[in-house]
Amino acid sequence: MQTVIEVRRLIKRFGLKTVLRGLDFRVEQGEFVALLGPNGAGKTTFLRILASLSRPSLGEVRIAGYHLPNQSAAVRRRLGVVSHLPLLYGDLTAEENLRFYGRMYGLADLDRRIAEVLELVGLAARRRDLVRTFSRGMQQRLAIGRAVLHDPEVMLFDEPHTGLDQDACAMLDTVLREVAARGRTVVMTSHDLMRAADLASRFDVLSRGVIAASVQRAEINPNDLLAFYRQSLQEVKA
Amino acid sequence: MKPDTAILASEPRSAHRPLSGFLRAMGAVIWKDLAAELRSRELLSAMLVFALLVIIIFNFALELDPKTRAGVTAGVLWVTFVFAGTLGLNRSLAIEKDRGCIDGLLLAPVDRSAIYFGKAIGNLIFMLIVEIIVLPVYSLLYNVNLFKPGLLLVILLGSIGYIAVGTLLATMAVQARTRDILLPILLFPVALPVLMASVKASNGFLQALPMAEIQPWLNLLIVYDIIFTAVAFMVFDYVVEE
Repeated sequence: MQTVIEVRRLIKRFGLKTVLRGLDFRVEQGEFVALLGPNGAGKTTFLRILASLSRPSLGEVRIAGYHLPNQSAAVRRRLGVVSHLPLLYGDLTAEENLRFYGRMYGLADLDRRIAEVLELVGLAARRRDLVRTFSRGMQQRLAIGRAVLHDPEVMLFDEPHTGLDQDACAMLDTVLREVAARGRTVVMTSHDLMRAADLASRFDVLSRGVIAASVQRAEINPNDLLAFYRQSLQEVKA
Repeated sequence: MKPDTAILASEPRSAHRPLSGFLRAMGAVIWKDLAAELRSRELLSAMLVFALLVIIIFNFALELDPKTRAGVTAGVLWVTFVFAGTLGLNRSLAIEKDRGCIDGLLLAPVDRSAIYFGKAIGNLIFMLIVEIIVLPVYSLLYNVNLFKPGLLLVILLGSIGYIAVGTLLATMAVQARTRDILLPILLFPVALPVLMASVKASNGFLQALPMAEIQPWLNLLIVYDIIFTAVAFMVFDYVVEE
């Protein structure tokens, strides 16, 4: 299998505060990695570096064979990012939002592509409605549509379930599975262990700026994930 | 494993044409700003109400003879434009921050200066619309003819300089919690040369001074516009990246 994401000895500092402390991380093509960890562990910072939204202080980051930050435009073309914020304009319709992002990515045959994506996320009937009239769950589904519009090889999800009710979470999971089932490489941060256990093929625990532990789905019973997570955190503290 | 062909996105049209990619991204940002504003009218209405209130208040406050009135016109006009412009700049970047949209822009595989130029041209269009509405209202209230080609040129050059530096600083300020306060504090000292030159050159045209007296201020405006547009082009990427 081909390595899609490779991170070596990554360090990120904000002033005097060091958030990531020599982090090593590797993801093979088609893997769905759940990045677990307590608040303040550096999950969002790490994902923002992978998304080229933040510059590493030290270390090497390579995505799909391209280096960050030197080849960030090439990396961004291969990335789809979904965070807990929708990254959508409330005063534009669902279709207009996708059209805007499609133009930013320079996609041809945009009408057909927008129709496909709206169908994929189940919002074809609401295509002409303003995004500010959408529920949080619908906005998050459209956010996924925005992220897959250019058919990226790598998807980064930063706590995509934040603020969603149970029905919206279940619907989002269906879309996430569909996105992952198409062979994309996925990295998702989450606090929700049950949800992560259901979706991911690998579980990494990020604590105190390093990957404290990693386990494949095949190697662990989903019911034991909480115990594995707690044990990993305790080992780092010790 | 490759994704299903059914959902494969089309290849970028302009992968080998960086300039057309730059212009396309810039055009997309301008289109997005105009389309959103056409629907909400939040930004323009706030700028316009503020600008009209300022010139009406000055009209009542300055009960001057026609000659003195002509002397203060440039100052009143530029106070109105600058404060309305600051309001617009703050709002324009706040829209990008509110739903994390600025990250959406930065994730696009384009030269990030295209985003800066798109935002700056959008902001300039809004400022010019306000100026186009304010000028005839001012002419009526103060009984001063403002439709002189020289004055209109100064207003255009001054607005370009103010928006060029304002868009850059508003992008920096929007990351802060106190963005509404921070922008004027950052902007006014840096924009002082363009404001001074704009007021002096506007006053020169309104008072029908000889061109030799106005020319240095016009030159300063042109140089300021070029320098700050170039600086913004070079540093925008560093301003937006953490």
